[in-house]
Amino acid sequence: MTDNPFPLSREELLKIYQSMRTIREFEERVHVEFSRGDIPGFVHLYAGEEASATGIMTHLRQEDRIASTHRGHGHCIAKGVDVKGMMAEIFGKKIGVCGGKGGSMHIADLDKGMMGANGILGAGAPLACGAALAAKYRGNGDIAISFIGDGASNQGTFLESLNLASIWNLPVIFVVENNGYAESTSVDWAVAGDSYVDRAAGFGMPGITVDGTDFFAVYEAAGEVIRNAREGGGPSLLECKMIRFFGHFEGDAQTYRAVGEVDEIRANRDCIKSFSKTVTSAGVLTQDDLEACDSKIVSLVDEAVSEAREADFPTEADLLTDVYVNY
Amino acid sequence: MARTISYKEAINEALDQEMTRDKLVIVMGEDSIGGTGSPGEDDAWGGPMGVTKGLYGKHGNQIMDTPLSESAYIGAAIGAAACGMRPVAEMMFVDFMGVCFDQIYNQAAKFKYMFGGKAETPIVIRTMVGAGINAAAQHSQMLTPLFTHIPGLKVVCPSNPYDAKGLLIQSIRDNDPVIFCEHKSLYDLEGEVSEESYVIPFAEASVLRDGDDVSIVTYGMMVGKAIAAATILAKEGVECEVIDLRTLSPIDMETVIESVENTGRLVVVDEANPRCSIATDVSAQVAQQAFKSLKAQIEMVTAPHTPVPFTTTLENLYIPSAEQIVVAVRKTLN
Repeated sequence: MTDNPFPLSREELLKIYQSMRTIREFEERVHVEFSRGDIPGFVHLYAGEEASATGIMTHLRQEDRIASTHRGHGHCIAKGVDVKGMMAEIFGKKIGVCGGKGGSMHIADLDKGMMGANGILGAGAPLACGAALAAKYRGNGDIAISFIGDGASNQGTFLESLNLASIWNLPVIFVVENNGYAESTSVDWAVAGDSYVDRAAGFGMPGITVDGTDFFAVYEAAGEVIRNAREGGGPSLLECKMIRFFGHFEGDAQTYRAVGEVDEIRANRDCIKSFSKTVTSAGVLTQDDLEACDSKIVSLVDEAVSEAREADFPTEADLLTDVYVNY
Repeated sequence: MARTISYKEAINEALDQEMTRDKLVIVMGEDSIGGTGSPGEDDAWGGPMGVTKGLYGKHGNQIMDTPLSESAYIGAAIGAAACGMRPVAEMMFVDFMGVCFDQIYNQAAKFKYMFGGKAETPIVIRTMVGAGINAAAQHSQMLTPLFTHIPGLKVVCPSNPYDAKGLLIQSIRDNDPVIFCEHKSLYDLEGEVSEESYVIPFAEASVLRDGDDVSIVTYGMMVGKAIAAATILAKEGVECEVIDLRTLSPIDMETVIESVENTGRLVVVDEANPRCSIATDVSAQVAQQAFKSLKAQIEMVTAPHTPVPFTTTLENLYIPSAEQIVVAVRKTLN
């Protein structure tokens, strides 16, 4: 047995690989199914960003809450939401995790601590503060994560939440997933100031920037700020600099990107490739381990798609339910 | 045992009793304690009108001051509600709703439906509505129709101290998001209120005065004006039935329809602006459901289609008056 140079066991590393690969396979497959015209509505894909969701969620327990963004599939999978239920939801089917009433932009599973993808950019930040407030009030050591894109980091809700979390000393981590583009607009143009670390400092909280394509960098930085929050040390901001394999939404021609940009990042900045290389080079996991995992994931996503396709849509009886607990 | 207390005291008592009963009930808002971090008294204010005065001394960390940051703390209250707490967040003036409306109508109101029925968001947003204190255009609106329009929200607007206490306790125990509208001109109104805790169920209108000639349907501060109008009309031999809706969503149309079927005449009084209002909603529902019972056209008495003016002469003209209600009732009789 080779010595393990990582802060995680072989089994944990395999689980992490499985989480990242499941997100990738899920998103690549949604891309294909969407282009066939079988998925209704808007879809925003997380492919390329897997190291962020997985690096953070590896530290969480089910009772910890996350408030996600419009690009929420990866957060769901990393938080343990059922992949088949998610696919069925995205296809608009009754067996979906939200009964076909939410879709990609509102995918959620509160039992898993996933408080919802959100169609309103920046809206999750106050909600995460609320989850953190509930945890703090109960004193159970739970924490909350607010995921936010670089675009939504300019929303008042986000900036107000930084202030609220700071003055209330809430156990919440604001994770800025900076993929360089607010829809089509460059972060360099749209976000004032030199860094998110400075922005955090302005609200009296620690800020850390990491390479969001490096799982181990995210894992380490997230571990530190999450531990601090659990111990009553209050909020932090973690910026993950990352990349987006697909456009803002499916159907985006991405003419705002440089020629060859996507090919280059897929070839050289793929977080899963770099994770695989690191763990196999160290001899902790083998290529066979990873391939065995891959084939299971492909089968799972295949089954998820075929079951979603065959499932029934909700019917007229479902239209009027679930508006109120009682009315 | 009942004693005479004010609308404001009734609200304070409801909060006090619910915070004692259930430690998951937390109260937050701008100046709700009113003095956090300041050099003077800890709870100097108890809200800008003193409604929550004294609760900090009794309940400590169950009540919190917030920064002037409505999107953040209303959203946080909603997030906490989705995590099993029962927050009562105070939005000082309903007019400020514009800065955090997304959290109310896109988040709280929709969680249950969007998430396939799996979410509950038992939040109460207490807010001051209405005109009458020269607070001008950005501190005097009703906006009750805005919330009533949104599926997923419940809307409550008590007209007296007894209802304020019972409806607020019901709102706190309710498992859906409730917008609890307190009329700022009613805070000092006194009435008999039981000391014991009690609830008033939603969608149960209150018939405050019986009459066979004309039905007057209203809510909030307009209830007092409707009673005043009915008293004037009674001297002319016209008996009005005065119905206080108490809750606007859900709404008790059954009581309204039953009354109109008896009287054949309807005057709806609403302090909100007239278009797409509670007045138009009630009128439309009556026209649909009881058209054949109507002996005259439906009359609406509302504020005009203007912002709320500042100066007293104009504000008095803006707020629907008992005299306008009397004229409207007479029109249905001609």
